[in-house]
Amino acid sequence: MISVSMTVNGKAVSAQVDPRTLLVQFIRENLRLTGTHVGCDTSQCGACVVHVDGRAIKSCTALAASLQGAHVTTIEGVAHDGKLHPMQQAFQDNHGLQCGFCTPGMIMTSIDMVNRLGPSLDETTIRHELEGNICRCTGYHNIVKSVKQGASEMGASHAKAAE
Amino acid sequence: MSATGIGASVKRKEDIRFITGKGHYVDDINRPGQAHAYFVRSPHAHATIDKIDFTEAAKMPGVVAIFTGDDIAKDKIGGLICGWAITSKDGTPMKAGAHPALAHGKVRYVGDHVAIVIADTYAQAREAGEKIEIDYGVLPAVTDTATATQPGQAQIHDVAPDNKIYNWHLGDQAATDAAFKAAKHVTKIDLVNNRLIPNPMEPRAAVGEYDSGSDSLTLYTTSQNPHVTRVVMSAFLGIAPENKLRVIAPDVGGGFGSKIFIYAEETVCIWAARKINRPVKWTSDRTEAFLSDAHGRDHVTHAELAVDANGKITALRAHTIANLGAYMSTFSSAVPTYLYALLLSGQYNIPHIHAEVDAVYTNTAPVDAYRGAGRPEATFVVERLVEVAARELGRDPAEFRRANFITSFPHQTPVIVNYDTGNYGAALDKALALADYKGIAARKAASAAKGKLRGIGFSAYIEACGLGPSRAIGSLGAGVGGWESAEVRVNMVGTVEVLTGSHSHGQGHETTFAQLVAGRLGIPIENVNIVHGDTDKVQMGMGTYGSRSGAVGMTAISKALDKVEAKAKKIAGHLLEASEHDIEFKDGKFTVKGTDKSIDWVSLSLSAYAAHKFPTDEVEPGLKESAFWDPANFTFPAGVHICEVEIDPQTGVVTIERWTAVDDFGNLINPMIVEGQVHGGIAQGIGQALLEGAVYNKDGQLVTASFMDYTMPRADDLPSYHVDTVSTPCTSNPLGLKGCGEAGAIASPPAVINAITDAVGHENVSMPATSQVVWRAAQKAITKRAAE
Repeated sequence: MISVSMTVNGKAVSAQVDPRTLLVQFIRENLRLTGTHVGCDTSQCGACVVHVDGRAIKSCTALAASLQGAHVTTIEGVAHDGKLHPMQQAFQDNHGLQCGFCTPGMIMTSIDMVNRLGPSLDETTIRHELEGNICRCTGYHNIVKSVKQGASEMGASHAKAAE
Repeated sequence: MSATGIGASVKRKEDIRFITGKGHYVDDINRPGQAHAYFVRSPHAHATIDKIDFTEAAKMPGVVAIFTGDDIAKDKIGGLICGWAITSKDGTPMKAGAHPALAHGKVRYVGDHVAIVIADTYAQAREAGEKIEIDYGVLPAVTDTATATQPGQAQIHDVAPDNKIYNWHLGDQAATDAAFKAAKHVTKIDLVNNRLIPNPMEPRAAVGEYDSGSDSLTLYTTSQNPHVTRVVMSAFLGIAPENKLRVIAPDVGGGFGSKIFIYAEETVCIWAARKINRPVKWTSDRTEAFLSDAHGRDHVTHAELAVDANGKITALRAHTIANLGAYMSTFSSAVPTYLYALLLSGQYNIPHIHAEVDAVYTNTAPVDAYRGAGRPEATFVVERLVEVAARELGRDPAEFRRANFITSFPHQTPVIVNYDTGNYGAALDKALALADYKGIAARKAASAAKGKLRGIGFSAYIEACGLGPSRAIGSLGAGVGGWESAEVRVNMVGTVEVLTGSHSHGQGHETTFAQLVAGRLGIPIENVNIVHGDTDKVQMGMGTYGSRSGAVGMTAISKALDKVEAKAKKIAGHLLEASEHDIEFKDGKFTVKGTDKSIDWVSLSLSAYAAHKFPTDEVEPGLKESAFWDPANFTFPAGVHICEVEIDPQTGVVTIERWTAVDDFGNLINPMIVEGQVHGGIAQGIGQALLEGAVYNKDGQLVTASFMDYTMPRADDLPSYHVDTVSTPCTSNPLGLKGCGEAGAIASPPAVINAITDAVGHENVSMPATSQVVWRAAQKAITKRAAE
């Protein structure tokens, strides 16, 4: 067993884990934050995307033990003060989800996309950037619309915050 | 139309928990003291199990128990069943081989379940599983659909000589053959409907729990139909009597048919939970899902269309070989028969149809219903035939279709079904306008000027949904009825719980069903809760598949609402001192006709339970009613999809430039959700046409067993879609609903292939039309053109 400490959704957490424990297992099984999902075993589907130190990663690709001291944000940590993150709201507004299983990963990837590329995203860019996230329900049409709306609202709220 | 009633694009109630990570999927459930299961699977496609030695494995850390097929047999746990009996042309019943939950004596496909290892942690179970030593006597494998029954092939089940399960037919063969003899033109095609792997994003999972105090079992499982799971596990497998078995299907992350079936893993987990008196949890990994979820499609078909001198279709005949895999899954036998051949009339007036189907065993995963189930296969046959016939006859494909459309309803086809209503011409007109069909010649020329090939493809599909009228399906061999049940429970303060036997795994029932109820009762949609997926809460149910939840499930709710309203009017009559017949109910208010005397919904509800002001020997207290609805007919959604592609002949890359869909689903509850269903269906159909295909090598190894090998459609593989509707309300249910879940997946494969074959100028393009396939097809076209 090995000791792991990190900050998840703003809270300091630590645990003794099997050294093989993946970040996604640590999140789901040790912390019981089950919003982060596992949809494959080859790091293809993106259902497990979380943010580590502000960057989106597939949490099935990292060992928990390698993230000593990291700041991790999961889907449970993006809404603040009882208010949905604009990207979450955009997914509901545009019917960007059906079964909901890929949705946490989609939202985390999309927030990261806007953080990296800014709030004005065209359809081609959004589709290309979503390449690492698989959805079997929506045919992506409404996910693309959701990301567009979420991006522009993230831009607007940044602009407002800067004023 | 109110803001939240029928016809409004209400945002989904269930979304909040999904977008905040608060869903409850089976793998999110952990029970106190649970142990974890790992299944040891066959690495061989076909082999005898000569010896299993788990002495070493049993000594591994954390191991609680190891069970094999012998233990299942000793406990007299029945084999997994196929619930639809098909009778062959010669009158003999289908030949279903035994399907033990853990293999007994023999394995029949790669991934077949040989043993369950249960340990304190999953890692321990898996490590122990890898220590089990199994001696296999490897046998030759049969993997090819077309040749599975040929002499010299290995024999998979003793009960099914030459791997033949049934030879079934439908229609008047002599009349059909006569029509072909008299035909002016006959179009012939050979088609392969490629094998698909459903891949809902949530892998299957199960947690089985035994309560020794009450001697009862609870199974949390990823199911589309928990009540069906319960009855099969009780009545056929002998896990526990129904009153001692609770099946809970909580949030389920997509199904597409693959979670209808009763599988080995779930069965073994619940059985083992009692054996070890500890909860047993199993979650499939994706590789296991590829290996052991029931696959879809896998037909090899020769089909012919007869056309007379006036361009009228006079007959259709098809011979199909359907691969059902190594064992017959729950509904597998119905898919290539009654869910397939009944749709071979398409949208066309075809006087004579004959279909013959050979179902075969192979050493591959079981094949069963996958989104559309038989209907995509039928539509692929009909829409490829019609397209090719139009081309051969030099007719415009849209107008050739129109000339053969059924135009008067009801219409009795020669293949059992009777279409109640439709307006196929209206959908075609709208689709042609939206797709700018008039401009296609100019767009083809513009593509040609860039060195590209452009093509347009039509698909005028039909499907039969709302499965189904119980007597009718019973007469065709179904083992269960086709009704749905609902209970409407009005609480004292007028809020409402609706318990439904339908199950939502992405369809948004918590919203659409609540729209129906809120609209009918005139109450806020927030005051309506939809309860589903738990056999201890919900009275009875047949579950969700084949777009039955609207047409059948919602109608059951509507029937229960009728009873609630009738009873509420009785109570209102007493409260308002008027005859119940003089009470009107509108916008949540009961009013005595022609007066201003009224009582609102909340007060009425409270009065119903207080029971102070009406004679309880005449009217029972309370306000809770239930209903079973058995439909009188199937529903027949139909529509026209038009796909326009541009192909780069240098690379074979196909770009879908436009997608136009005009569907007739009858009345719509929530247009936003309907559009979403259409989008998702189209994506799966485009996946089938361009990207997806399960491949077994000749040894029976599944070489497409991961997302790195099996091409799931991703965002940048797909276009945006132009989706529209026309409406002829269904006449066989009072809500006029037809269903929309499968439409896209049914319509789209022939639309794509018709577009590609239009672009390359010949018909030799198979699915999946990968870049390599299309590149070859395009080279052939270019060579041919150069030679001319």
